[in-house]
Amino acid sequence: MSDMQDYKSSLSDVESRKFETFSYLPQMSADEIRAQIQYIVDKGWNPSVEHTEPENAFDHYWYMWKLPMFGETDVDAILAELEACHKAHPNNHVRLLGLDNFAQCAGTSIIIFRGQAK
Amino acid sequence: MAVKSYSAGVKEYRETYWMPEYTPKDTDILACFKVTPQPGVPREEVAAAVAAESSTGTWTTVWTDLLTDLDYYKGRAYAIEDVPGDDTCFYAFVAYPIDLFEEGSVVNVLTSLVGNVFGFKALRMLRLEDIRFPIAYVMTCNGPPHGIQTERDIMNKYGRPLLGCTIKPKLGLSAKNYGRACYEGLRGGLDFTKDDENVNSQPFMRWKQRFDFVMEAIHKAEAETGERKGHYLNVTAPSADEMMKRAEYAKEIGAPIIMHDYLTGGFAANTQLARWCRDNGVLLHIHRAMHAVLDRNPHHGIHFRVLTKVLRLSGGDHLHSGTVVGKLEGDRDATLGWIDLMRDSYIKEDRSRGIFFDQDWGAMPGVIPVASGGIHVWHMPALVSIFGDDSVLQFGGGTLGHPWGNAAGAAANRVAVEACVQARNEGRELEKEGKEILTKAAESSPELKMAMETWKEIKFEFDTVDKLDVAHK
Repeated sequence: MSDMQDYKSSLSDVESRKFETFSYLPQMSADEIRAQIQYIVDKGWNPSVEHTEPENAFDHYWYMWKLPMFGETDVDAILAELEACHKAHPNNHVRLLGLDNFAQCAGTSIIIFRGQAK
Repeated sequence: MAVKSYSAGVKEYRETYWMPEYTPKDTDILACFKVTPQPGVPREEVAAAVAAESSTGTWTTVWTDLLTDLDYYKGRAYAIEDVPGDDTCFYAFVAYPIDLFEEGSVVNVLTSLVGNVFGFKALRMLRLEDIRFPIAYVMTCNGPPHGIQTERDIMNKYGRPLLGCTIKPKLGLSAKNYGRACYEGLRGGLDFTKDDENVNSQPFMRWKQRFDFVMEAIHKAEAETGERKGHYLNVTAPSADEMMKRAEYAKEIGAPIIMHDYLTGGFAANTQLARWCRDNGVLLHIHRAMHAVLDRNPHHGIHFRVLTKVLRLSGGDHLHSGTVVGKLEGDRDATLGWIDLMRDSYIKEDRSRGIFFDQDWGAMPGVIPVASGGIHVWHMPALVSIFGDDSVLQFGGGTLGHPWGNAAGAAANRVAVEACVQARNEGRELEKEGKEILTKAAESSPELKMAMETWKEIKFEFDTVDKLDVAHK
């Protein structure tokens, strides 16, 4: 039994909260994030930044940061909006969605900044 | 107007039902049968017999035939083709006018197409390979209660395959112990856990206690992880009334998804349940127990691509598809064919994947294919590559068999699937670089590292019994 590891997760530990896709992996490097944003652009999806207070993260709707960036294909411009949202709401979670208007559904959703857990 | 006179007796089928000059209408239901005739019976006669016996014909002429316009209502055998690599049989193509079938009733379609004709003496064996449902008929069916995008929105899952796990042992756990197994899997990172198909309401675990304990497991895992979770509560029951009672209770306690076995439970019950699910906002997972009885023999029965189309019409949001790589039967190209039939809105004829007709689903929602059975983390790169994001990858033993338990097993699979998706999005080839991708991911996940040590080298390499028909082997 000594080799067996306990699975660390609990209601009282906010570190247990996850954020769907990629939230079980270590924090991505800047280059890795760029690659994922490039994937959204290559798919033809519309980037959209959303944020929320950590205690409301379970809700379907987070706050939209401005409007979705329809037709935006510049990775730096997308990164700049993510940074701007984070700067304005440093305690909030910030995620990037790729909106697929043909499927009428997000193609992906990635947590970029994890807010201050209470 | 031509007048027909009545003459009693037995006519050759081909006089009436073999029409090689017929051009199928856009509204016809088309079927492709693989026919193995008795020796000495001409192909045209057998093909015509299949068309007759699956539509208007009977073995002798009757006077009441002349009270209607049988030439309008009859099925027409309009083409015959060789089966590549097999001289014992041939393909017969039959067109049926749409008014032979009640609207929205896969029950009625199958009663005709796979009814009496399958016991017909002039045949040694018969297999229904494919059906083309015209869009006019598709639009009379309810179809999947919600579809892929709606399920993603309800469950908040984007940009990756969903992860599931069937709870084991299949039978014998008490409700409380069963809920524990679900909770452990869900808190470890699964999106769904699943009742095994033969879990209904046995003396060791009645359905109501199972539903109650499992819902507590879902709620607690959601609070703990901050992610949305579900468990396929199997409402398959001895009667449709009982099935509906269990479905109503599942909704009452807030279950996001329930489950039905559409073949053993029956198509009528399934269609009823699917309609209820749409009206009540409950997702519907479909299991396919008994399918191999129907679809495994290459010369007799019903091909799974037909059962797939029938389910999409009857209704279901998930359907088991086979894994290609696991312990159960499944040829890769054929599986890719019926996965497209589940998810896409228009599928072109493609004999290399066993698809005999163009199939237009119009606006009918898609079904998420579920890959389940004998798969573990080492299969993950191939599964993500084969199935893509719109799938549920379901690891039963591959979760619960982890040496540290279900939560660790779930986390291992979750890390593996996310690592594969990340790599794919970066443009890497999963099936070539799978080992490096998993090994790298395991550096920061002891659970994945342990899983990779536990299951390495396990492979299932029996050849498939039912292969696609290809030129001489």
